[in-house]
Amino acid sequence: MLDSPDTPAPAKRGRGGILERRRARTALWLLLPTLFAIALVAGYPLFRTIYLSFTDFNISTGDEPHWVGLENYWNVTEDGVNIGLLADPAWWSSVWNTVVLSMVSVGTETLFGLGFALVINSKIKGRGLLRTAILVPWAIPTVVSAQMWSWMYQDSLGIVSSWGRHLGLLEVGQSVVANPNSALWALVAVDVWKTTPFMALLLLAGLQSIPADLYEAARVDGATRLQQFRRITLPLLAPALLVAVIFRTLDALRIFDMPYVMKGNAPETMTMSMYARQQMIDNAQFGMGSSVSVLIFLVIMMFTVAYVTLSRVDVEGTR
Amino acid sequence: MTRKRLGQAAFQVFFWSVAAIILFYVLFPFYWAVKTSLTPPGELARTALDWFPDHPVLSNYVEVFRIQPFGRNLLNSLMVAVGTVLVSLLLSAPAAYAFGKFRFMGKRPLLYVILAVSVFPQIAVLPGLYAMVKFLHLYNSWAALILSYLIFTLPFTVWTLTTFVRQIPTELEEAAVVDGASPLVTLFRVLLPVMTPALVTTGLLAFINAWNEFLFALTFTSDNSARTVPVAIGMFTGASQHESPFTLIMAASVVVTVPLIALVFIFQRRIVEGLTAGAVKG
Repeated sequence: MLDSPDTPAPAKRGRGGILERRRARTALWLLLPTLFAIALVAGYPLFRTIYLSFTDFNISTGDEPHWVGLENYWNVTEDGVNIGLLADPAWWSSVWNTVVLSMVSVGTETLFGLGFALVINSKIKGRGLLRTAILVPWAIPTVVSAQMWSWMYQDSLGIVSSWGRHLGLLEVGQSVVANPNSALWALVAVDVWKTTPFMALLLLAGLQSIPADLYEAARVDGATRLQQFRRITLPLLAPALLVAVIFRTLDALRIFDMPYVMKGNAPETMTMSMYARQQMIDNAQFGMGSSVSVLIFLVIMMFTVAYVTLSRVDVEGTR
Repeated sequence: MTRKRLGQAAFQVFFWSVAAIILFYVLFPFYWAVKTSLTPPGELARTALDWFPDHPVLSNYVEVFRIQPFGRNLLNSLMVAVGTVLVSLLLSAPAAYAFGKFRFMGKRPLLYVILAVSVFPQIAVLPGLYAMVKFLHLYNSWAALILSYLIFTLPFTVWTLTTFVRQIPTELEEAAVVDGASPLVTLFRVLLPVMTPALVTTGLLAFINAWNEFLFALTFTSDNSARTVPVAIGMFTGASQHESPFTLIMAASVVVTVPLIALVFIFQRRIVEGLTAGAVKG
């Protein structure tokens, strides 16, 4: 990750380690404000969330939270019905929506991003313009892009719906985003549009780190472009590709704003984060909502562990 | 030989068409928003599908500031984003100095913790943060948003600035230490001046992230005294159920997007560098 080999220690080393120890103490002082801030905005709220997930806290009644143990997660009533979160079809449907959206979106944008990166990396004229242009979807706020696409998807006046009618895919008054069967795919298209540039930039940086003389040598040996791509580009790009894919997957799994703005709390496009917020704020069931948050946190941490292991992130730059 | 040249030409044509398709794909939705924003609301039903505006008007841009407290929303967004950037940079510069130039026990675990925080799902801390914001009486204020935004800007700024600090030649710091300068003096007088480009890049990316944030802004504000632009635009639809005022929404969208696109065009190289610095050098 960070590339300078072995962090140098400027003070003279080996003088009994006193200087060394003093520097270590200074470092901790320098870190203290940041560590405090992170504990305040990430550490404490996370523990508070975990605690609340074991309570029946309700924000509309204002009562103190009562400890209910695992009831939010798993609660079989006397009638033998499980009203806990882990038996709630709405939760699992939001998990399914989120995973489908993330996987399809990240898969598509990897292909598109690779295409973009290859075109920009080739020596065609105007690639500077292209590189600037692809930053436009990235720079547009997600909420704004959601509204822009809502307008293009609008049933009678939307341009995309009009193209759909010309192609015979849509009837008059139909819209891909209003139809519950296609809504999720319509959102995937928006997400792909918005995030492909980021992917393309990461992959472009990966492409540019491949030494040009490798291609030179391959050409001398008579390798075709396709062979060069398969034997040189893909293998050498693999690490950057992996990092980009996992980065984006982690990001996609927590998606909230775009589906929320485009579809509100519609069940067919509800994501995990939307479900948590609905329980918490709209239904005022803060304890239950916290349980959802904890489950989301666990899901994402699992992916993160995979990320760190797979890409062997090198925090100290010792490689 | 001619066959080869023909192949080259075909390849060029292929690449150019792909480039044209990409250009259309990435720019069209924004063009369409601009076009719609220039359409008089009364004519939208007739001209919505035309490729070019019939007779462009700016009335939607005037309206957006008149019927909505959009100016106030812009001010809120600006103050929150600037505040977040300043606090993040101020906190992370010393931290990056420590991570980049010092050896100490626990450095690796701490860096891992910060990396982990950067992938925290915002929703996981939302309940706890909500309780904290209420407890501190910060609900519906700029401070609530600045405080909560640190969770995603701070790990990013620490991480990226650390990368940059490591690239600064050690001799520079060594000289200051030998002269007996204190660590803070070394940081502010010696390292930060060298790091200005890095601070600009990092600050800019943090600014864009804070400017675009939606979930916390939606949850921690209740009215326009602190509501930021993304929330205002996201809630625009709710005003009139059936007929969304799309000409107005598009005008508002263009207003918030243009400054970002301008920043991107000016700082293009730096942004790309900053985006990839944290991620690719695996």
